[in-house]
Amino acid sequence: MSYESEHHNTHISQSFNEELEQIRTELLTMGGVVERQLSDAVNALVGGDTDQAEQALKIDSVINDMELMIDEQCTLIIARRQPAAADLRLIISVSKATNDLERIGDETSRICRYAMELASEGKNMQGYQEVRHIGNLVRDMLKDGLTAFARSDAELAYKVAKQDKEVDSEYRTAMRSLMTYMMEDPRHISSVMNVIWVLRSLERIGDHARNLAEHLIYLVSGTDVRHSSLKEIKKTVKRVEERQ
Amino acid sequence: MTMEAKSHAIDISSMQRQHQSLRLEDETIALTVRDLELYYGDKRALHGVNMDIPKNRVTAFIGPSGCGKSTLLRCFNRMNDLVDSCKIEGQMSLYGENIYERGVDVADLRRRVGMVFQKPNPFPKSIYENVAYGLRIQGIKKKRVIDETVEWALKSAALWDEVKDRLHESALGMSGGQQQRLVIARTIAVKPEVLLLDEPASALDPISTLKIEELIHELKKDFTIVIVTHNMQQAARVSDYTAFMYMGDLIEFGVTDNLFTNPEKKQTEDYITGRYG
Repeated sequence: MSYESEHHNTHISQSFNEELEQIRTELLTMGGVVERQLSDAVNALVGGDTDQAEQALKIDSVINDMELMIDEQCTLIIARRQPAAADLRLIISVSKATNDLERIGDETSRICRYAMELASEGKNMQGYQEVRHIGNLVRDMLKDGLTAFARSDAELAYKVAKQDKEVDSEYRTAMRSLMTYMMEDPRHISSVMNVIWVLRSLERIGDHARNLAEHLIYLVSGTDVRHSSLKEIKKTVKRVEERQ
Repeated sequence: MTMEAKSHAIDISSMQRQHQSLRLEDETIALTVRDLELYYGDKRALHGVNMDIPKNRVTAFIGPSGCGKSTLLRCFNRMNDLVDSCKIEGQMSLYGENIYERGVDVADLRRRVGMVFQKPNPFPKSIYENVAYGLRIQGIKKKRVIDETVEWALKSAALWDEVKDRLHESALGMSGGQQQRLVIARTIAVKPEVLLLDEPASALDPISTLKIEELIHELKKDFTIVIVTHNMQQAARVSDYTAFMYMGDLIEFGVTDNLFTNPEKKQTEDYITGRYG
């Protein structure tokens, strides 16, 4: 059975339609908040803006609350409606996606803390270029992952999964150059280490964004593509397109 | 100051409001039951039941066969008066008026507290006459009033579109699901305050069942609804509050969301998870 984005709006029970629409909308709202926290955190770090980092850090508790609310709603729908097929997949994938979004929030909070530390340490800007670059890449991944959810777009989700490869390779390149820099100038090891932790968090955010995309592909296709190669994901996405 | 304004830009209060659960303390109570004991001859069928049923909500009674849920439901409009050996102690009131007091007009009580049974029981008359029946008994003669009420009742029962072209055909020619909705229309035509539903969907196919459930959801805007069901999933789907009964005792009464995700009593948990009963 193929999945269309308005599929969950056609039950006899109007309130069931509303409940499913609600968790989807709330997931997207939560995604918007996480997206904003991430871009604020990266800007705060690159711009050395402690206040902005502090504000972005505060958003974390909002994200945590949203995770709890959406998850509770998912539990209630399962208990009350005994959902099946695409409805069940929607609830499972929304629940998992909120988990990944919350983890992105945690990693972003970590970035905020390093941003405050780096701002207080002073002038060494080594690695900021890479932070900005990889930061932009993962922010786009997150945005596309959420758009894929909004439109039930498996093709776009596949692009997100593919982009994770690019993030990984950029991350390795940045690591190599920062290693070299530390060997050449050991006085900056502590601040460069902080930048390395930030890059590590960004790389993890990329992984979570990829998970988000995989949950969406599961929702649309019914195939669980976690731990699958890009090639296998592509095949699954192609099958979905053929069915439509 | 600008920073503060920024942090306030993320407002999840509307989301929080949507997630607020019901609380019995905030409700207007329609029916109260206090220390209700019911005997069929020597057999005690209800053991001191205490319960508050909130207005404009759906309250479901669940429990294994013979636990007393239908017996309790029938107390609300004194249907048990028709059973000779039945004796009732304790108090039951509708908006504060004791319904078992001497001098209560039982016919009027049954108008205020309507009831629908498991098997659809339309009269062998036309669709129109079925719905108009209660009004005629009340002595309403004006055709315009009856026409309007019949239309309103059939629309409220989500049946109008299916029958508007054959209002004067026999009701017995309708499907089971339609007949049950007709019976609901007949019951609400006399504008009761409370609607008692005794297994209203158990003789129907799955789609008709869902239609009845959707109807219940719509009707609670205008009526207080009490439903007895063998089907726990149905109780979970349609009700706001759920009462679990076992062997004549009310074991647990609470908000449906809580009762089906985190019941307080072990007996309730065992029943709703299919461990006994």
